[in-house]
Amino acid sequence: MYAQMVTSEGGKARDEMTPEECAFQDRIDRGERIEPKDWMPEGYRKTLIRQIGQHAHSEVVGQLPEGNWITRAPTLERKQILLAKVQDEAGHGLYLYSAAETLGVSRDELTEMLLAGKMKYSSIFNYPTLTWADIGAVGWLVDGAAIMNQVPLQRTSYGPYARAMVRICKEESFHQRQGYSIMMTMARGTADQKAMAQDALNRFWYPSLMMFGPSDKDSVHSAQSMAWKIKINTNDELRQKFVDQTVPQARFLGLEIPDPDLVWNEEKGGYDFSQPDWSEFYEVLKGNGPCNAERMEARIEAWEDGAWVREGLMAHAEKRAAAHAAE
Amino acid sequence: MSALTETTMPETTLSADAVLFETLLRVGDSALILGHRVSEWCGHAPTLEEDIAQANVALDLIGQATLWLGLAAEVEGAGRDADALAFRRDAGGFRNLLLAEQPNRDFAVTVMRQFLFDAWHAELLAGLAASTDPRVAEIAAKARKEVAYHLDRSETLVIGLGDGTPESHARMQAALTRLWPFTGEPFRGDATDAAAAEAGIAPDPAALEPGWRARVEAVLAEATLTLPDTARFRSGGRSGVHGEALGLLLAEMQFLQRAYPDATW
Repeated sequence: MYAQMVTSEGGKARDEMTPEECAFQDRIDRGERIEPKDWMPEGYRKTLIRQIGQHAHSEVVGQLPEGNWITRAPTLERKQILLAKVQDEAGHGLYLYSAAETLGVSRDELTEMLLAGKMKYSSIFNYPTLTWADIGAVGWLVDGAAIMNQVPLQRTSYGPYARAMVRICKEESFHQRQGYSIMMTMARGTADQKAMAQDALNRFWYPSLMMFGPSDKDSVHSAQSMAWKIKINTNDELRQKFVDQTVPQARFLGLEIPDPDLVWNEEKGGYDFSQPDWSEFYEVLKGNGPCNAERMEARIEAWEDGAWVREGLMAHAEKRAAAHAAE
Repeated sequence: MSALTETTMPETTLSADAVLFETLLRVGDSALILGHRVSEWCGHAPTLEEDIAQANVALDLIGQATLWLGLAAEVEGAGRDADALAFRRDAGGFRNLLLAEQPNRDFAVTVMRQFLFDAWHAELLAGLAASTDPRVAEIAAKARKEVAYHLDRSETLVIGLGDGTPESHARMQAALTRLWPFTGEPFRGDATDAAAAEAGIAPDPAALEPGWRARVEAVLAEATLTLPDTARFRSGGRSGVHGEALGLLLAEMQFLQRAYPDATW
């Protein structure tokens, strides 16, 4: 999930709502889409900006761990597929920033908040990609977990966000397949390759489970977001679904999930599994993950080093416009 | 074939297939190496739109390299494929232009390198699209459409940044001065080029210069940039004598194939 622990504002009982707020909630309950020019509670707008912004930032920062292997991809075909995939992530960032802009916040404002540490991106991108198999694991597990979250968001209440999700989901399923294809080749390759594949799964399994966020059964914020249909499922529901889908895929690869307590539970029709180390998750969110500093440095450097380019092109456009006006 | 013999092979004894092989490496390697350089920007560009555009150009160039090197391997008939040519040759076996291997440095050098290259690439592909070898003509026809877009884009950026702010202008002028010495090489033919032109496989390199020069002068004038008066004398890439930067690029690019020679990916 690319949006973790988004703080929701609002959370009023029906008898505390204004008539406008009641009418708004009724529209959502009827399954209507909210569009940019429609009236909306301030809390709904702010929560969406946080969630969509965090999602957009995740796409942009998410270019970095995969981009780390573009120049070392092992074949021309793998290099092209990875380039196309990372290019898609940048495109997703664009759609999402555009969706956020319809709520009255500019892309530059969101970027500045990210770089100032006032907005977050998904914890998963603070983990390093150490071998080529990690590129497989990122596609298979990280994109797999993202799809779990994003498929239901195609039905989210805010129109521009839902429409962006439709497009993103189509591309993400291709990403997951390319990741699984790398894992398949590695798992069936030489002993070295198989060891790399198992090692990648060992390192990415628990961080992938963390992507869904901590259990939200008692979270007031989640309840409000679910009432607004900004969030469709609970974190635990999605995590369970992810585990149930992924375990057979790992077995098909001949790889072992690094959880000795993983066991099928006939009664619930799903696996029982170990929780990730949530203290690690909170440390990563606080900035203490293995790559937090490097990821932020890379984005700050791109932004600062690119300033003269953006300013140069703006200045040229203004000269052109002035010359055109003078004609 | 060792890297040493690849660089010192006497050109006068080349067979028709050897001329074609060499010609394909020269086109394919420039696309591959520049594509690699451009791909280094991924996730680090000045705007999100540029991240996307740079990845697109890199993808096109690496896609073209795959076709050129695939055909080269087929013509060679030695059991190699495009990947073997890309990932298992040492620097001395590469035939790319020195311009293509120049490091990215800042965005100005990247953009200027792309423009100077695209303007040549478009002329070259127009010639190759008329090749007597239909396989060459077919790849060139496809690549030409992509490169027309690359040129359109790099021209727009050179003009926008050259005629932008004082800082962007100064950076673009510095980039032009830095890269200018490498712009003679694409037009300096040797015996292989003469044989390829004679057979109608590829255009004579010197014949591409007037079109390139006219385009470059017009765009640089609009960008308010001054043509350097330094000699355009640096060359060697097309015969396998490169700068130090290429060895480092290949060390990175070829790492997995070299470290795990028995693996398939």
